[in-house]
Amino acid sequence: MKSILLFFIPFLASFNLNAKEVHINPGPNAQERVQEAMILMEEGDTLIIKSGYYAFEDGLSLDVNGVTVKGEGIDNTILDFKNQQSGAQGLLVTSDRVTLSDFSILDAKGDALKVIGAKGINMINLKTEWTGGPKSTNGAYGFYPVESEDVLIDGCVAIGASDAGIYVGQSKNIIVRNSIAQFNVAGIEIENSYYADVYNNLASHNTGGILVFDLPDLPQQGGHHIRVFDNKSIDNDTDNFAPEGNIVGEVPRGTGIIIMANSDVEIFNNLMSGNGTVNLSIVSYGDETDDPNYYPHPKNIQVHGNTYGPSGFDPDIETGDLAKALFEISGGNMPDIFWDGVVPLSQIILGQPDDEKLIIEEENARFLTIKPIKYMLGFSDPTNTNKEDFRGKISPLKEIKIETF
Amino acid sequence: MRSFVCFLLLIFTTNIFSVNNNLILADSFPEKLSEFGFFIDYSAQEPHKKVIPYELISTLFSDYSYKQRWVYVPDHAKATYVKDWVFDFPEGSALIKTFYYPIDERNPDLGKQLLETRLLLRKKDGWEGVSYAWNEEQNEAYKKIAGKTINASWIDFMGDQRQVRYRVPNVNQCKECHAAKDVITPIGPKAKNINKDFTYEEGEFNQLAYWMKKEIINAFPQDLVSPVDWSDKTQNIDDRARSYLDVNCGHCHSATGNANSTGLYLNLVETRDINLGIYKKPVATGRGSGGNKYSIVPGKPDESILLYRMQSMDPGIMMPESGRVLTHQEAVEMLREWITKLPN
Repeated sequence: MKSILLFFIPFLASFNLNAKEVHINPGPNAQERVQEAMILMEEGDTLIIKSGYYAFEDGLSLDVNGVTVKGEGIDNTILDFKNQQSGAQGLLVTSDRVTLSDFSILDAKGDALKVIGAKGINMINLKTEWTGGPKSTNGAYGFYPVESEDVLIDGCVAIGASDAGIYVGQSKNIIVRNSIAQFNVAGIEIENSYYADVYNNLASHNTGGILVFDLPDLPQQGGHHIRVFDNKSIDNDTDNFAPEGNIVGEVPRGTGIIIMANSDVEIFNNLMSGNGTVNLSIVSYGDETDDPNYYPHPKNIQVHGNTYGPSGFDPDIETGDLAKALFEISGGNMPDIFWDGVVPLSQIILGQPDDEKLIIEEENARFLTIKPIKYMLGFSDPTNTNKEDFRGKISPLKEIKIETF
Repeated sequence: MRSFVCFLLLIFTTNIFSVNNNLILADSFPEKLSEFGFFIDYSAQEPHKKVIPYELISTLFSDYSYKQRWVYVPDHAKATYVKDWVFDFPEGSALIKTFYYPIDERNPDLGKQLLETRLLLRKKDGWEGVSYAWNEEQNEAYKKIAGKTINASWIDFMGDQRQVRYRVPNVNQCKECHAAKDVITPIGPKAKNINKDFTYEEGEFNQLAYWMKKEIINAFPQDLVSPVDWSDKTQNIDDRARSYLDVNCGHCHSATGNANSTGLYLNLVETRDINLGIYKKPVATGRGSGGNKYSIVPGKPDESILLYRMQSMDPGIMMPESGRVLTHQEAVEMLREWITKLPN
């Protein structure tokens, strides 16, 4: 009996017995009514934004722990920011254990939905879109959780972002699934993050479909343990429309998946097809950096059981260095999988440790890598296209579990 | 009977002429600013004698609005000096800041338009912020949880009519700037920021010395390194720039602020070039980059993202993200000079 009581007390204490539902209807003063409701709600409460069209002139923000904000479907509850006058994003969330579901955020002036420092954020059946098609004047990110833990993005749609449709940065314990990213520069991007599962998503008609990146000079780096599986990254054929200066501005049109400078990445059971430059690219961070804590090379990347459709038929040699270099070095015979082969000098001489090696277990994929030693010595053909050299035992990464609330 | 009247009068006058300590500590904010008793004459912004005016050496730009600041510390309590940080104020303290535009900057006698009075109240568990927007009659200010838009105008020093869509922040926006490690905190009243003279009714005194005399702080060091007034052209340009960036950007752009994920740190204590933005690439800047590759390119202000975002009036590009809709031209010129002179 005592043990049952002990179990129940914290359980009860975490509930607000007066949890209430607040309903907002369309109409005048939507800005003030929605914002005020988001401020006055308390732990356990649910805010329901009823079907209808809501026009905002200022960004919205939510800073209450343990609440739910729900619409009545992405085609019904429309939060429109095209006349936004202030606020750097459509909706900003800065609290923990928040669930957002069933509404659309359109035409935000900056990012559509930004979540900073949340411990527990569910984004379910939401849409972010810039309705004028791909344009460099669109906001950078559709879904933008950063410095957060236990992040779930499920059943969401991201269209038209001038950086990434779904972007998870400097976060931990992440699931992105069942979502659609189209007509963005990057469809889905996991950056400087730890422990992510990205699965069952469709990334199409972006510049690049799915990116797993690690960048220097940031509070959290050393991105690792990322699984990308059961996704379709297909027909990524939109010209790069990122404003200059941004790292995704280097991504050539027609890339399926890019892994840059991450550790422990497992890419399996995806369909990559219709990507005019290359289906899968594994590269080092190419720019100079003085950051002593940063490791610029990918390591322990495992690629297996994916399906590769046509690629390399329309390399975008105008954008960045990747496509151009690949086109030149392959003599136009573009591979499905490309590894730039760049490793630290010590590994050029001594070889890579086994637990850092790239492993490829694929039946039907064209492969190309560059042998740095040959490249440095000026061999006329420094490439290696024999993927059999990269066979190895797959050590599956663990499934990601996130805290539910 | 007479004693009863005297008693009533006493209650009456006490209520009028004292600050309501209970309201400062209460769980919720009252509807009207006057309920706190911070001012004797609200329209004239004449404070209660326990409510002490102060100024900062360098101030945050807020669309050219003017600001008056006051501090209130309850009797028998003192704020504690904290090195490189704001004073640790005791429970029941209040920081009060009124924003206004003069009708005509060339002629102060024409009066002012009061916009809002922001409060930071030191509750039992920490600080909470709220703003009160002034009514048309300018005799009362009302709580605005969700913020408010005020279409304001004034005549500037050049005689030009200026218009602004002034935003009173909502309580979440207070936190966007006033949060360090997710806890609400004042920004201004650090000892180094108030280390300057102020003309009180009793005469001119150093503010820290005056606060000691009034027994609202426990101590302050004699060897403070203070920022300079960024607008003081006799000062070193590097000091002016860093002082401006510290007070306008450093509360978010620091290792403990809201913008720490950017790796761009503009607070006064930062010394690393890359974190100050020098040849630092943008991370999640989007179109905020304006096609530029680095936050700051020494010698090239027009290739520096920092200056581009300070000049922009597009909410998806501009910095700071909130608190301004106009461009701070004078500061842009000063920072342009600073970047031009930075050694490559």
